[in-house]
Amino acid sequence: MVINLAPARPLMRSRSVIPGFGLTMGLTLTWLSLIVLIPLAALFVKTAELTPAQFWALITGSRTLHALQLSFGLALVAAAINLVFGSLIAWALVRYKFPLRGLFDAIVDIPFALPTAVAGIALTALYAENGLIGSFLANFGIKVAFTPLGILVALVFIGLPFVVRTVQPVLIDMEPELEEAAASLGANRWQTITQVIMPALMPAALTGFALAFARAVGEYGSVIFIAGNLPGVSEIAPLLIVIRLEEYRIADATAIAVVMLVASFIMLLVINWLQRWSEKRR
Amino acid sequence: MADIAAPIAMPTSRQHVEDRRASVRTEPLGVRIAIIGIAIGFLGLFIVLPLVTVFIQAFSKGATAYFSALSDPDAISAIRLTLLIAAISVAVNLVFGVIAAWAITKFEFPGKTFLITLIDLPFSVSPVVSGLVFVLLFGAQGIFGSWLMENDWKIIFAVPGIVLATVFVTFPFVARELIPLMQEQGTSEEEAAVSLGASGLSTFMRVTLPNIKWGLIYGVLLCNARAMGEFGAVSVVSGHIRGETNTMPLHIEILYNEYQFVAAFAVASLLAFLAIVTLIVKTVVEARMAKETE
Repeated sequence: MVINLAPARPLMRSRSVIPGFGLTMGLTLTWLSLIVLIPLAALFVKTAELTPAQFWALITGSRTLHALQLSFGLALVAAAINLVFGSLIAWALVRYKFPLRGLFDAIVDIPFALPTAVAGIALTALYAENGLIGSFLANFGIKVAFTPLGILVALVFIGLPFVVRTVQPVLIDMEPELEEAAASLGANRWQTITQVIMPALMPAALTGFALAFARAVGEYGSVIFIAGNLPGVSEIAPLLIVIRLEEYRIADATAIAVVMLVASFIMLLVINWLQRWSEKRR
Repeated sequence: MADIAAPIAMPTSRQHVEDRRASVRTEPLGVRIAIIGIAIGFLGLFIVLPLVTVFIQAFSKGATAYFSALSDPDAISAIRLTLLIAAISVAVNLVFGVIAAWAITKFEFPGKTFLITLIDLPFSVSPVVSGLVFVLLFGAQGIFGSWLMENDWKIIFAVPGIVLATVFVTFPFVARELIPLMQEQGTSEEEAAVSLGASGLSTFMRVTLPNIKWGLIYGVLLCNARAMGEFGAVSVVSGHIRGETNTMPLHIEILYNEYQFVAAFAVASLLAFLAIVTLIVKTVVEARMAKETE
């Protein structure tokens, strides 16, 4: 009886006494396939209807190419700005005491929770020429709203929490002995920061940078209001997908989407690798 | 002599050492003030100001204009649709999140990390691409398009499409919140419950659920905030039919493009308020979680 039962156990089932592995794993894989994997696969199926030459022609058209360059280029700049200021904010929140620190800590998450369309119209109202910041900057001849600079402002907004929230826990966990050792060995504060603290923060900061970049590349809602959306100047790739779709040029939309999806797969691999590195360093 | 002096001298000298230890770990006052200033300035400029702007603009023509914008039939229908979509998406992803977290954290199997990466996938996909994939599946020119048309089923430019896109976009939220939490708690409590004769379901309800309730609440809140606020993915599949397939974010876009700024910001203020509530509950939940782990 016992001997007969043993081989009948599914190979995957671990020896855990907790029930429900087959059921929960089956439901997880089924639901994951239906909602995420099959729809994403549809994108590649549709793209496969194009020949490689057609696909290449679609994504290297000047309008498409410019939109892709703009999305990736500005996302990179925004992530770099967030890397610097996000790390600085994390540092101030962890290391210093100042009034309303708890409140400032909490509002870092606002870009996560605020819908992108709301952020988009609010930023546009602020940076338009009759807005609070826009009218001030207009005195110096700087135009932000309806230019690529406006897109940058939106991308900095949505990416900020990623860097702060990845750097913050590493700073909290950092052992004080590390800095004390550096100081007792004769390093001045600047040397300790650049040669001891910054290398220790680097994996987490880069993870935050990559997360902010990945988010910014595909961002749509907060950008389209402030961008001005001029083809070849301030038109981002996700918007061009929407425009092509509305023109019923499905192949064009699909080709751009595939480029963006492959880019986000690559980013996901990089982020996973960075996170593993970061955890090893902790 | 030394024996008597030591207990008195000790605290001050220890204090002195502590001060020295702290002083090598901090920056001169001027640098500190500069860094705090930059941090507060950056947060104020990029986060506080846009948030405050929403409410200032919404009430710029007074409370009457604000409330009449919210009581507009199209606004009410957008609010209703958004609540419906969020309710469905949260319920679906709550069930999925718990099931997936159970499978992933209570058992050992090969490919676990890869499975977590796949669940995370919707986070890194552009919202527009998330909407587009459903158009490619169910749109008029889509893979199942003609079959749907023959059966007179409408998914794209209708509520089912909006639900699908929202479920896709919010897919990882609950699972993502639960997996690290349940991993940390291990399996020993569940194993004890099962060996004492509890069924799988009652083990979950009485042992696991009380342990994860705060994480679950937080995951649901984040999922809800994103479901109500999703714009890009929903915009692609909705068709923007007023009173029918317009969610609150889409309604904001329409009002804004029609230069009805007060109305646009009035609807936006509801979503901004929701975001603030979400963050307040998050702060409370985190404090509770920290207290319970102490």
